[in-house]
Amino acid sequence: MENNANLIKIRGLHFSRGERKIFDGVNMDIPRGKVTAIMGPSGTGKTTLLKLIGAQLQPDQGSLVVDGQDVHRIPKKSLYQLRQKMGMLFQSGALLTDLNVYENVAFPLREHTQLPESLIRPLVLTRLHSVGLRGARDLMTSALSGGMARRVALARALIMDPMMIMYDEPFTGQDPISMGVLVELIRTVNDALNLTSIIVSHDVPETLSIADYAYVISNGKVVAHGSPQQLWQSESEWVKQFLDGRADGPVPFHYPAADYQQDLLATAKV
Amino acid sequence: MSTYLQNLGHSVLDFFERLGRGHLFLWQLLLGLPLLLRRFSLVIQQLHSVGVLTLLITLVAGLFVGMVLGLQGYNTLVDFGAEESLGVMVALTLVRELGPVVAGLLFAGRAGSALTAEIGLMKATEQLSGLEMMAVDPFKRILAPRFLAGFIALPLLALMFSAIGVMGGYLVGVQLLGIDEGAFWSQMHAKVDFVEDVLNGVIKSVVFGLVITWIALFEGYDAMPTSEGVSRATTRTVVHASLAILGLDFVLTALMFGS
Repeated sequence: MENNANLIKIRGLHFSRGERKIFDGVNMDIPRGKVTAIMGPSGTGKTTLLKLIGAQLQPDQGSLVVDGQDVHRIPKKSLYQLRQKMGMLFQSGALLTDLNVYENVAFPLREHTQLPESLIRPLVLTRLHSVGLRGARDLMTSALSGGMARRVALARALIMDPMMIMYDEPFTGQDPISMGVLVELIRTVNDALNLTSIIVSHDVPETLSIADYAYVISNGKVVAHGSPQQLWQSESEWVKQFLDGRADGPVPFHYPAADYQQDLLATAKV
Repeated sequence: MSTYLQNLGHSVLDFFERLGRGHLFLWQLLLGLPLLLRRFSLVIQQLHSVGVLTLLITLVAGLFVGMVLGLQGYNTLVDFGAEESLGVMVALTLVRELGPVVAGLLFAGRAGSALTAEIGLMKATEQLSGLEMMAVDPFKRILAPRFLAGFIALPLLALMFSAIGVMGGYLVGVQLLGIDEGAFWSQMHAKVDFVEDVLNGVIKSVVFGLVITWIALFEGYDAMPTSEGVSRATTRTVVHASLAILGLDFVLTALMFGS
């Protein structure tokens, strides 16, 4: 019988870019109604994982089941229906630059429904109000700060009442106030709308402060997972280095290189 | 030597791979067209940006090309006492050749490069990915309307180019150099055939419109999502589209007027 407690089930996921292996047999379960964090060093494939969940990329092997449907094996029409229930917040916001804030948030409604403007307007304004930007509805996207753009993108992602939202590095490059606002919003929105949230991030304290469960991935594998408390108490040197942000440890400070002394002498000979 | 052969092999393979991707892209564009019957407003918006915004440069260029043709044509024809055939010469040159070709080159430079940059930047700023994740197919919503708009706009622009070019020839030939106005128009009217000349010119511009817009959209969609990638793609659009226009013009001219 299918375990309904997990919205997403990833089994034996393999994915490569050219020669480089990004995922080497990853297994993960994302529980319904919770905030799950996926953390790991830069370039470890966290964003790629979100694109695999959204079926924008095809894995080499393995299965990825979202709400009971294997996203890489269903027809395009079913995939597009499923995507209407999956919100995604891109790092840049991915707002349409030729539309203003109001039209950006209204965009999915205009594309997928035949609702009259008299219904679209209150729906858009309530979503904008929930992210604190009802007053910014007439601004063009170029007039928004990075944090505001992400909040507008969040309002847009919420407009179709999705079952889940994927956040791609939501805290990167934010000032402390914007960061605080986003942290608060992600948790509040998740609980108020009974969503499932996946946060991909390497901002450890902020992410773990709101996550119910977290996975740490590195070199294509899940190296640790558990509740934030379990991760903080982890005995693994690697996890300790990552969470505490130490410069040297199992992940070496130095990029692999020839012997230092020999290297210097070789330079001297030239 | 082996490195040279290896590089050559890679280049040839890359070329064919890209050609294949380009044709698959065209197929997806064509699949996106039926939706536009229901949402023609999307095409109207694009007609404004690729057509209306290219109109001024096309008209100005057309006027000058017509004036130059009038001046050069007069200088040659007057030696044979045939200056009254200037109208025919200007009109045939424009509707058969210069209208579609020069309007096509201007279209590639103005609208084609803008399309590539726009689509390339939409890719770089994840707008295309964002649309996919909102369950909106970028081919249907973004690319197909632009494709159809280019396809419609260029023949119209080429016709306007030819029309204003004829006016340029008239200004120089009749108003400036004093050719008989009646002869200018009546000879043109008698010698220019609608199907043979005007329609063939329109067919050329339809083909050019299709090829330019296809190249421009594909280059944008296939661009590396960086500022350098978009800049290279824009350059490639102008170069490839211009060469395609000139090459295809020869092929089409040979097919249409060869016999």
